[in-house]
Amino acid sequence: MQPNQFNVDAANKLKIVSLVSVGKHPQSGRMRRADQDSRAVELGLKLTGDNHSGESLVVLHAGDPGEPNLRSYAGMGLKSVRVLQLDPAADAILPLGQHLQQCGADIVLTGVRAESGESSGMVPYQLAEKLGWPIVPRVADIVSVKGGVAEVLQALPRGQRRSVMVKLPFIASVDSAAPEARQSAFGPASRALMDIEVVSASVDDVRQAWEEAAARKRPKRLKVVKAKTAAERFKAATAKSQGDGGKVMKNESAAEQAQAIFDLLKEEGVLR
Amino acid sequence: MSAHNSQDLLRRDPRAEWIARNRLHPLHGSVVSADMGEVRGPTGLLRKNPHKVGFIGPNGIKRIDRLKGNAAGAGKGRRSSAAQDIQLPLHQVENPDFYVVVVPDMVGGRLTAHDKDVIGQAHKLITGAEGNGAVLAVCFGQSKEEHFDTAGVDRLLLLEDECYEGYRPEQRLAALVQVESAYKPQFWLFPDSVNGGSDLGSRLAARIGERPAVQAWLVDSDSTVCRGAGGTTDITRSTPRLLMLAEECADPIDETRHEALPVELDSVPAVIAQLQDRGQVAVDPNAISLAEAEFILSAGNGIHNWDQFHSAAAVLGATEGASRVAVDDGFMPRFRQVGATGTWVTARVYLAVGISGAIQHMQGIGQCDKVIAINTDAGCDMVKRAALSVIGDSEAILGELIKLAEDFRAQQSAGGDRDAA
Ligand SMILES: Cc1cc2nc3c(=O)[nH]c(=O)nc-3n(C[C@H](O)[C@H](O)[C@H](O)COP(=O)(O)OP(=O)(O)OC[C@H]3O[C@@H](n4cnc5c(N)ncnc54)[C@H](O)[C@@H]3O)c2cc1C
Repeated sequence: MQPNQFNVDAANKLKIVSLVSVGKHPQSGRMRRADQDSRAVELGLKLTGDNHSGESLVVLHAGDPGEPNLRSYAGMGLKSVRVLQLDPAADAILPLGQHLQQCGADIVLTGVRAESGESSGMVPYQLAEKLGWPIVPRVADIVSVKGGVAEVLQALPRGQRRSVMVKLPFIASVDSAAPEARQSAFGPASRALMDIEVVSASVDDVRQAWEEAAARKRPKRLKVVKAKTAAERFKAATAKSQGDGGKVMKNESAAEQAQAIFDLLKEEGVLR
Repeated sequence: MSAHNSQDLLRRDPRAEWIARNRLHPLHGSVVSADMGEVRGPTGLLRKNPHKVGFIGPNGIKRIDRLKGNAAGAGKGRRSSAAQDIQLPLHQVENPDFYVVVVPDMVGGRLTAHDKDVIGQAHKLITGAEGNGAVLAVCFGQSKEEHFDTAGVDRLLLLEDECYEGYRPEQRLAALVQVESAYKPQFWLFPDSVNGGSDLGSRLAARIGERPAVQAWLVDSDSTVCRGAGGTTDITRSTPRLLMLAEECADPIDETRHEALPVELDSVPAVIAQLQDRGQVAVDPNAISLAEAEFILSAGNGIHNWDQFHSAAAVLGATEGASRVAVDDGFMPRFRQVGATGTWVTARVYLAVGISGAIQHMQGIGQCDKVIAINTDAGCDMVKRAALSVIGDSEAILGELIKLAEDFRAQQSAGGDRDAA
């Protein structure tokens, strides 16, 4: 994908908000900028054509503004990070929704799932429900925005992509298949402005009752042989696993055989 | 003779004797065990009557069957034992007190292994709750699944209309909301998968205002353990109404058969879709890693025309794979090797051309759904594994297949042009 393929002129007037959270490295457990969130910021930077005057792309966080890792998002080339300051135990959906409505965002980008906390991936869905906007999950790229309609590439399993058209404004969660985020520069990051707004939000009571612990290792599923007699167990242990013998075409002409294969491929939907 | 009174007269039932002798007779079990009630001794111990064990063989000699029914296919060919289908006991739910709704992914129109785990979990939740509940599966899109009954589906809601085909999360959500009001399910279960389960589950959770448990892996009717913080923590919480379950959350159903009774839903309002599905975009099949490719065309020692093989892969849109011999001989790069020392593939369709099916290769394709074999040898192991095998020269068959695929592509582009015009 060439970077200049994107229509920058139209994009300049877009207002893009990228919601970010504090991530956690899956192996070391160190706090960092979250992987998918930083990809979302990267996508936002691409959409605003890199010449953001601090207006078109807003990086927004709800939580503690003192968190040092928030600055590493700014280190990707932003002048400021906007923070809605609230209690870490509070529910961020309401203030976020209000803020998004007020600032008139066109596209809201988030990660698919956070790397800390509940990590349920519900934030974009709840915001979409609250604002009445469409949500496009697992976006790999936003190809174009023309006439208030965006063409979005969605990441599907097995490396496939789906093209979806969606009207502005909308919410998109950015998949790990999106282009990797640029490095964060330390100097600009530490100089960046933390644009703090204190908001109040209700405490998330439900979560108080939960217990959290380090992840236990899940047992691997064993192949259990449900045999009633020794003979059956013996058979299960020794016999080669073979399908129940499919269709065999022996005497047909090559054309007929090829047709049979072709039909099966079409029936399975792999030929498109 | 006539002096005997009728009670002393020994009346033989030759048919019953014949059935008792014939272990393969369908009524054999009932005849043999007819008078074998449980007998308890004076101390309450279970007593076996040694005279009642076994049966009289055709020569009048007593025989004891220690094979417990396993001898059925012993004398005959290998096939017969596989062909003998065991009827699992039918699990029926009349007038269910409550419903547990499962929304399977139905990738390619069939239940995935993940879907079956989720249905298994649904039955576990039903056993944990009071009253008799039924599992209602809500399946969107054209279904090719034939074994809903053995997968554990009590009630089946098939929504196969045109308006659910493709990526239609909003329309599907409207149908689920309708299900919510019609059935008031006790639990909503979704597979937490990238195949749409987690998307649909999250949408429904946001719509009906439930706080879901995601990546749940240890669930009973009271408490749920789910992964949090990107899979690095375990959260223990009370079980919510809506769950998105991790893979292998529970064992699939395998010992019972279920009714899979079709049910209907009142008309679902048509939703004005804000998302418009433009279909899948063509991606370079060889850019997809072999391990996650959906459709693999694999070459073995039976390929002699390599240019033809590559063009076949290109026109079919398949990712290329190879057996070790093809790699060792230098026709294919090492990273294309499928098998024990290569890549373990998960393709849905695996087309093996000129591959004999050595065990090292078969290990690598263990997870493939449909295997198609092209081979000259009808007796090789790959043919035994394959759902469709064609016996013949690879070059001729691939040539015909390329022709068919090219026609198909030509038609496709002609149709596409017409659409665009
Ligand atoms: C430690 C170890 C690890 C291994 N790991 C792997 C592994 O990871 N992956 C792997 O693939 N192998 C592996 N092997 C090798 C494996 O044992 C087999 O040797 C190999 O898979 C055979 O490859 P093949 O089926 O292509 O060739 P062959 O066994 O030679 O089979 C060729 C087939 O093509 C058919 N054929 C011939 N001509 C034609 C024609 N004109 N048209 C159609 N069909 C034709 C033949 O009937 C035959 O069935 C390993 C071996 C060892 C010892």
